[in-house]
Amino acid sequence: MIKAKDINEKTPWEDLTPGGEIYEPGTARDFNTGTWRTDTPVFIAEACKHCMLCVPFCPDSAIPVKDGKRLDFDFMHCKGCGICVTVCPFAAIKMVSGGEGA
Amino acid sequence: MSICLSGNEAVAYAMKQINPDVMGAFPITPSTEIPEYFAQYVANGEVNTEYVTVESEHSSMSVCIAAEAAGARSVSATSSCGLALMYEMLYVAASNRLPITLACVNRALSGPININNDHSDSMGARDAGWIQIYAENNQEAYDNFIMAMPVGENVRLPVMSCMDGFITSHAVENIELLETDAVRAFVGEYKPENFLLKKENPLAVGPYDISAYYMEHKVQQAEAMKAAKTRILEVAAEFEKLSGRQYGLFEEYQMEDAELAVVLIGSSAGTAKAAVNELREKGVKAGIIKVRVFRPFPGEELAKVLAKTKAVAVMDKSEGFSANGGPLFAETRSALYDLRERPYLIDIVYGLGGRDLKTEDVEKIFARLAEVASTGKTGDVYSHMGQRRRGQDESGL
Repeated sequence: MIKAKDINEKTPWEDLTPGGEIYEPGTARDFNTGTWRTDTPVFIAEACKHCMLCVPFCPDSAIPVKDGKRLDFDFMHCKGCGICVTVCPFAAIKMVSGGEGA
Repeated sequence: MSICLSGNEAVAYAMKQINPDVMGAFPITPSTEIPEYFAQYVANGEVNTEYVTVESEHSSMSVCIAAEAAGARSVSATSSCGLALMYEMLYVAASNRLPITLACVNRALSGPININNDHSDSMGARDAGWIQIYAENNQEAYDNFIMAMPVGENVRLPVMSCMDGFITSHAVENIELLETDAVRAFVGEYKPENFLLKKENPLAVGPYDISAYYMEHKVQQAEAMKAAKTRILEVAAEFEKLSGRQYGLFEEYQMEDAELAVVLIGSSAGTAKAAVNELREKGVKAGIIKVRVFRPFPGEELAKVLAKTKAVAVMDKSEGFSANGGPLFAETRSALYDLRERPYLIDIVYGLGGRDLKTEDVEKIFARLAEVASTGKTGDVYSHMGQRRRGQDESGL
């Protein structure tokens, strides 16, 4: 049973799984989808009260949490949708124009 | 066991004997009786099937897709606009490689709206990636349905088991049934290697396929369809041992020395065989090819048999609106291209929306073939038969 990490854009058709099915969970973690971003959120740590409202609203689970505190964005998976900015009650996130390197 | 059953009841009975895990059920004429009979089996406790009633055919096929992915053997039945409403999900089932079995009771596809038989519904879905097997009569409808799962589950492709609406689905014929134990042993348990409910390894089905992978997955599907041809013949050979009834990719009737041949699909083969019997008595070397398996199309095999003939009429029971002939004609003509010596070939579109085909009509086609063979002039390669025309008889020939 071939694992997702062993499949890439050079894998011949004979070695791919039927219908592209994936035999393990959580493989989205391994892929850099942050490149799709055209706007980028900026985390303003000093304004953040760690209320954790942004975390469940993030559609891409791109806001990591450690020891009860939110950390900076996981830019490998953030798509820049801006939902976090809208739900933040403390103006601790702002959006800037531009993708990956913004 | 010999018993009198309609085509629909025969297929419902085959389903009962198979005892599938899930049925996605939504009624549409003329296939309605299949889920109707099956509902009685469920209510009587004769099967353990989860009978899921839904609000549309898009949903009945979706139920089958989800259930099959979960590891449950799934069936459904539909016709015409129902099949059309499934259209998107037919592709999803095939590309996710889920071997669902669908009884398709062929009916004209709107419009104008019509409930009678032709093949426009399943022919419209011919490129969806489903195996398509067509029955001539009730016995074949029953037998084909039982053979469908050992074929589809082996190559991981869904199977459409087709019969002609009303002509086959509602006509009652004496047929031979197999013992239920024999059917269950023949079909076996559905044991996919991976399925959603297999807790040892969580599975993702139907992920988004970017350009870097899509083409490879389509090649896999195409290869599976090629492999299906061999598997269909293997299963047919096993089925013959069990039932004594012989099946191939197509049936050759009086083809050994035939100079003139008609290629067609489904119940019209019975009418055509009767016509051939009469013509043979008059010394006409006429034969019939009844295509049983349309997907995968038995092109090479068909070309080999037709190579010996002088003139061939393909009879299409659907209008492809290609302005160049129907789908069966397109496939047959393409299959003959690689022959060094080819017979003359014409296409007759007939029987649309339940327009009747009589033995006299088939005899007229053979008369035209005799003329084509002797003069070398095909006339209109693509024509229609059975419609009224100004100043001509309704054979349209």
